[in-house]
Amino acid sequence: MSIFNMKGSFVDNLPKIYALYTGGFVVFIILMALLEKAGGSADTIAKLFVAFTIVIYAVIGWLSRTMQVDAYYVAGRQVPPVFNGMATAADWMSGASFVAMAGGIYMGGHPYLAFVVGWTGGYVLVAVLMAPYLRKFGCYTVPDFIGTRYGGNLARFCAVVVLVVASFTYVTAQINATGTIAAFVLQIPFQVAVWIALVAILLCAMLGGMRAVTWTQVAQYIVLIVAYLVPVFWMSQKQGFGVFPQFEYGAAVDRLKELEVLQQVGVLKPEHAVPGMSALTVHHSFAGNDLISKVKFGTLVACMMMGTASLPHILMRYFTTPSVSDARKSVAWSLLFIFMLYFTAPALATLTKLQVLDPSLPTSIIGKSIASVNALDWVQKWGNVGFLKIIDSNHDGLLQINEFFMRGDIVVLATPEIAGLPAVISGLVLAGGLAAAMSTADGLLLAIANALSHDLYYKMIDPKAETRRRLIVARVLLLGIGAAGSAVAALRLTGILGAVAWAFDFAMSGLFFPLVLGVWWKRANTPGAIAGMVIGLGAGTWYLYMVRWGGMTPWLGIDHLRFGIIGAGASLISMVAVTLMTKEPDAETQAMVDEVRIPKGATVLASTH
Amino acid sequence: MSADISQKEVHWQRTKGLMIWHLIIWFIFSFVVHWFAPQLNKISFIGFPLGFYMAAQGSLIVFVVQLFVFASQQAKIDRECGMAEEE
Repeated sequence: MSIFNMKGSFVDNLPKIYALYTGGFVVFIILMALLEKAGGSADTIAKLFVAFTIVIYAVIGWLSRTMQVDAYYVAGRQVPPVFNGMATAADWMSGASFVAMAGGIYMGGHPYLAFVVGWTGGYVLVAVLMAPYLRKFGCYTVPDFIGTRYGGNLARFCAVVVLVVASFTYVTAQINATGTIAAFVLQIPFQVAVWIALVAILLCAMLGGMRAVTWTQVAQYIVLIVAYLVPVFWMSQKQGFGVFPQFEYGAAVDRLKELEVLQQVGVLKPEHAVPGMSALTVHHSFAGNDLISKVKFGTLVACMMMGTASLPHILMRYFTTPSVSDARKSVAWSLLFIFMLYFTAPALATLTKLQVLDPSLPTSIIGKSIASVNALDWVQKWGNVGFLKIIDSNHDGLLQINEFFMRGDIVVLATPEIAGLPAVISGLVLAGGLAAAMSTADGLLLAIANALSHDLYYKMIDPKAETRRRLIVARVLLLGIGAAGSAVAALRLTGILGAVAWAFDFAMSGLFFPLVLGVWWKRANTPGAIAGMVIGLGAGTWYLYMVRWGGMTPWLGIDHLRFGIIGAGASLISMVAVTLMTKEPDAETQAMVDEVRIPKGATVLASTH
Repeated sequence: MSADISQKEVHWQRTKGLMIWHLIIWFIFSFVVHWFAPQLNKISFIGFPLGFYMAAQGSLIVFVVQLFVFASQQAKIDRECGMAEEE
């Protein structure tokens, strides 16, 4: 860092370094805008955006290389709360949050907002029940906590299995998203693009482990939040919703109620089925008053929250703060940074819907003649790549609401074009989507590889391995898991969002209660925890299989997105029952729990172990 | 030693109390409010139907504020019980 001629340590200079970085990024955006003015094509600009950001991440990854165990696993425990908050936000917000969320709200209306509530409120559970205690424990990985608190290799192994199942489900979706963007920008086949995506992802994590991932994630957060907010502010300004549409789109929500009647949303049903796309049939702010609707909202919220508090790649971010109280503060900062995107997504969905539906706006398409809509640039462009489709089912030459089919993802990706913003903004949005998917993929790959290298290899197979060997094994595993993830992603088994929701359900089924009760219930013992993990994951997986492929009717609307309710329920019951049937943990374990509950004093595990 | 144990006991009781309060608030804004979304939608709040507003923004703001308050409250408990980390 000597080129910046800074005094003091790296950590002291963080605000300066990232301010410089943000300034540099803004200068780059301005340069791209000038290039566009000078006649640069949209394609070239998009490629430059992607290339520039990836090179930056790779440079940070290289500068953060390390051969020290605690730097590799927990970034040396010196990440200040605000910066850890940004890194967690990038770790957390995946391709699904960035690309799919606004579109989901657009198509799904109020019921979809359960994701917004669940993916924010989960942090209350993280802060109150988990993060500070796990930080005090001083573990390197989540199975490290389970293995030490409950003792024995079997408990540790079960935790590794749950972690791998949940995180691997999630990481394939992220490699898929990274590959989709790479394929789009570079115009290469998706099957090739996933491997290029993997190389980019590994460049950030291979050499520096958690330390490198931390500092690239901070950089990625800055790119993704700028990329999400700038188009929304710009569009809103241009169309008279004020600079901060987040606080002023109430009128737009109200206006949609009139338009939905006018355009017969929900009255006209689509007469065709278009795979991967749908027509709008749901009223924007309508909330069902029947029991099933209410239960479905609540159970989805519960799954996403408990999943948040059990996902190892999130929990392990709080192992990196300098102290227990910093871990708590850091959760609050994380949620603030996440909130910036999540409270913008519904505004974006609302404004875009208004653009499309309101006949008094020049951008509207519903009710217009099909010939004029087909002539629009963005309709042609996104129609060509299979994101939207127009079918004149009643042959009247006008576009009705049930004749316009689209993929939800278009709401974020095409907004700059729908609103007529310059191409430089489209390039920025692509770089943002890439940052979101890459940062989450990095966190997940590292969580899996670290659990396998630390818990499986070092703790169970070769406890005498020297540092160098441990860190080489960790990197080889990272490479292997990444390759496996890319190979699965290349098969394109599920959509992005389905796989993401499942990861939350898997994690909560197996890990939520063993983690919470490990801190809050001193009586919890080894057989109980093992039963909780095995029966929880087993019951959840069985239920998923039955409702998704086995032809079973879901109980009370608990469908495949919500199977964690069954898994976690089974986990709680079996863990409590088995614990009470077997004898209480020994005095040493109970003293360890007491020690975890107070911030003062040394960590339970030695600082390097 | 016994003084230390009772101090730890007080600290844990207050920590548990704080946890319960925060989980009650969390429960209300995660589940109770949204259960009544159809009824709340009849009320208009800064131009929004209230049920929609709570899910799109209201609950989120509560969670963010709650976590900053929680961090400082727990830090206060740690300090007063002599259980805070040394700087």
